[in-house]
This record gives sequence, structure tokens and C-alpha cells, in this order.
Amino acid sequence: MSSPDATREFGVRWLLAYTMAVFAFLYLPIAILIVYSFNGAGVGGFPPRDLTLQWYRILFQDGAIWESVGNSLLVALCAMVIALLLGIPAALALDRAAFPGKALFRRLVLLPLILPGIITGLSLLMFFNFNSVKLSLVTIVLGHGTALISVATTEVFAGLQKLDRVQEEASLDLGANYWQTFWRVTLPNLRLPIIGAALLIFTLSMDEIAVSFFLIGRDNTLPLEIWGRLRRGITPEINAISAIIFVFSMLAIVMWYRLRVRAEGSPEIAAELVETAVQGD
Amino acid sequence: MFSRGYRLAVTVPPLAWVVLFLFVPYLLMFCYSFWSVSSSQTIVHSWTFDNYRQLVTVDVYWQTLLRSMWIAARVMLFSLLLGYPLAYFLSFHAGRCKDLYYQLVIIPLWVSYLVRAYAWKTILGSDGVLNTLLQYVHLTSHPLEFLLYSPFAVVLTLTHIYTPFTILPIYASLEHIPRNLVEASHDLGASPFETFWRVILPLSIPGVIAGATFAFVLSLGDFLAPLLLGGPSGVMISNIVVSLFGAAYNWPLGAAISLCMLVLVVTLLFLSERIEKRWSFS
Repeated sequence: MSSPDATREFGVRWLLAYTMAVFAFLYLPIAILIVYSFNGAGVGGFPPRDLTLQWYRILFQDGAIWESVGNSLLVALCAMVIALLLGIPAALALDRAAFPGKALFRRLVLLPLILPGIITGLSLLMFFNFNSVKLSLVTIVLGHGTALISVATTEVFAGLQKLDRVQEEASLDLGANYWQTFWRVTLPNLRLPIIGAALLIFTLSMDEIAVSFFLIGRDNTLPLEIWGRLRRGITPEINAISAIIFVFSMLAIVMWYRLRVRAEGSPEIAAELVETAVQGD
Repeated sequence: MFSRGYRLAVTVPPLAWVVLFLFVPYLLMFCYSFWSVSSSQTIVHSWTFDNYRQLVTVDVYWQTLLRSMWIAARVMLFSLLLGYPLAYFLSFHAGRCKDLYYQLVIIPLWVSYLVRAYAWKTILGSDGVLNTLLQYVHLTSHPLEFLLYSPFAVVLTLTHIYTPFTILPIYASLEHIPRNLVEASHDLGASPFETFWRVILPLSIPGVIAGATFAFVLSLGDFLAPLLLGGPSGVMISNIVVSLFGAAYNWPLGAAISLCMLVLVVTLLFLSERIEKRWSFS
């Protein structure tokens, strides 16, 4: 074996070790959190002892938590509908229409992806307050819906770039009107990006806390219910609900990923989403 | 190919919505920042520069802003140090496991912020997992207090949360590098290190800039991790804003600080876009 090859081999091995260490940094805290959700002796203390399911049992009897889960599901569903109803046309507009201020429009739509949640949350708080709108789950839905149009637009726009316009042209030539063409040709072709976007928007809304923090009325969403309890002290029950949230979010994200790989054939997508947020054109 | 009607139909609804729920609120934030609060706790709608004057003259505001930027800068640096080698490995050496590793990066990118921040709280506390572990193996005899409620805890947690945000754009830019350039460099006798330093690194700068911007901007505006883990010494600028909008009831001053953050963020985005364009490979 020649010497440069040996150095390279050595370097790659170190790189692999480093990568694994970073993954450990990313995952170990969550693993610890989950382990301690089964710990009979409470949140802290090493080693974990008296493995038990009692925290889950307490959790399942906790009415306030499940009420907030219901609220969060409702909010996520409504936010998903709003984001898709506006994000799909926004992507079509960016792909096919030219109008003054288009670049600005694009930036504005994508801004909430990169902007810290506090700015989106506070500006909407002032907006609602100025117009004497009472804070409630509705204001949270409007906040999430608006912020997540960015995700729907990016996802659908990426799908449109891959779309062959010939099909739509043929449909129009054969006498279908725009509406029919949209329903029968454009939309079915965008099926995978749309399902993917829906899944991602739903997950992000379920987990969202920074924007909701400012728009909350009397009814809590799940993250805000947890937040409220954290301020009073930590309990293994919170570990248990966190573990459940982690598992569900992970499943949703992996599903979204599979969809995107099927739609695009290349797994570079999340990067695309993150990148467009920065570049904006 | 698309008629005027079609283009109007897809443009007007999202445009109207975004103007109403994003542009107008930002505009309102701008207006608020020039208003004031009367002694009877109502908003006075007459224009004044007073909030901005306070921002510059009252020490605690600009000092906290500077400290927040320092925290954000450290988060950015650590995220890059952790993220770049991982992205590099993923792009060049992951082989058949690429798909799996990639998913392992995007899961923490989007899994609940709160769950991850909370995990660190349970680990770093004075009777948390780490302290009890250290005592269990007799490395320390009493809990290390600096772990929780300190800037250290905030930087650690934010680095944990935002590292995946830096990995993805770096990975994307590494993936865009034509592999024959790398081969050419090897063929012309460059060592692996030289190839990295003179070919790969310069070509991945756009991704590094994008990732750095993400980590900096998002951690600059963070207020939940400092509330949960920062303690008095870990207070960040957004925490001041939160209290101005809450108990302190001075929305105009809060709006002025938020607007400064917004301007700072947009400027950074603009700059990073410029730099990315200059370095991008085409």
C-alpha cells in the first residue's frame, strides 16, 4: 500500500469516529431522556433504577395533557390546510407568473423559515391586539398557517421544477380549461410533494412553541402545556410525554423523507429547504 | 401558456394573505417602535425616537444585545466545528450508509425543540444525570453548579439544537462539487489535505456561510433555552423583549428591540447571500 493511501485510510477512520461522536452528541440527550422516563426514582440520579411504567400510567390519566394534545392536533390540522391552500398557489405563482414585486413576495413568504419565532410571534401579537382580536387557538392557527406557507411553497415549488409541462399543454390543447387541467393534471403530478409538505407542516406545527408562546389564549397547545409545567419543576411524566413526542415526530419525519426520495429520487431535499430559506431566489 | 386569469388566480390569494399576515404586522411593529406608553398604561400613538434613544443609552439593553451576539457567535462556531466534518464525511465517505446518516441528520433538525431543550435540563441540573454520574464514578464529590443556569448551558443546548441546521447546507454544497475536480486534484499530485484545502473547502464556502447564518440568526433570537437553562447570567436580548411585552408592559420599547433584531437578521441574510453568490461555483 502506498503512503498517501495509508494516510487517507487513517484520515477516513478519524473522520468516521468524529462523525459518530457528533451523532452521539445529537442523540444521547434524547436517549437519556427516554431512559429516565422509565426510571422509578425520578428524573435525575445515576444509575437509573427501579424500571417502571408508572410515569406513563400517570400520564395517561392526566386530563390536561390530553386536552392540550387534542388542541395541538386541531391546530396542526387547520394550520396544514391554510398553509397548503396558500402555499400551492404561491408555488404556482412563483413558477409561472411574472408580477412586480415577485422577488420581494418570495422573500416575504420564506422569511418565517429563517426568522426567529419571536419576531413572527410578536408582530402577529401586535397585529391581533391592534385589531382587537382575542387570543385563542384561532390566532395560533393563523400564526402557524402563515409561518408554514414557506414550507408548502418550497416543497411544491421543488415538485414543479421536476414537472413536465408538456402534459399540461396537451390537456389545454385538447380542450380542457385551466381549472380542469389543474385538478386532473397538475395536482395529481404534485401528489407526493404535497403529501410530504402536509406531513412536515403537521409535525412542525405540533412541535411549535416560539410563535405560539405569544399568541396563546386560554387553551394550551401541547408544547405550551409542557412549558407551563417545566416552569414549576421537572417530573418524569414530562420525560414520558417527551418520549412519545419524539417517537411520533421521528416517524413523521422518516415518512416525509421516504416520500421525498420517491418523488425526487435524490435525498438532497431538506438541504434544499434550508438553503432556499437563506438564499430566497 | 398560462392565461392572465390563471396567473391572477394563483397570485392574488397568497399575495393578499402574506401582505395581511406578514407585511402588515412587520409594518405595525415598525410603527409601535416609534410610539410610547402613557402613565396610565395605554399606548400613545404619537411619534417619538425615545425607544431608540433608550436602546443606546440604557446599558442593560445594548449590553444584553452584545452578550446575545457573543452567545450566538459561539453557537455558530461550535455548530460549524461539529457540522463540517460530519457533512464532509457524509458527502465523500459514507458509502452505502449515506441514506441512513442523512436521515439521522434531519430527524434532530425537526424533532421538537422543547423535547431537546428539556433533555439538557434533566442532564445538567445539580441532581441531574451528569452530576450524579460524576459523583457515582467519584470524579467529583459535590454537584458542579456551573452546568445549569449559565451561559454554558445555553451555548451547549443551542449548539445541540442548531448543528443540524448547519450540516444540511454544507452537505448540499459539498454534493454540488463535481467529483472530477477532486479526482483531477489527486491525479495532479495533490495530497488529500491539499485537495481539501485548495479545492473542496473553497467550493463549499457557500454552504458554510448559509449554515453559519442559520445557527447565528436562530440562536440570536432564541428566548426559550435561556429561560429554561440560562439563569440570570444567561439572559438574552429576546428575554428582555418577552418581559417588555409581559410584566414590564412597554410594547413600544419591545417593538424597537425586535425591529433592531429584524433589521440585523435581514442584513445578515442579505450579506450572506452576497458572499454565497461570490463564492458559488458555476
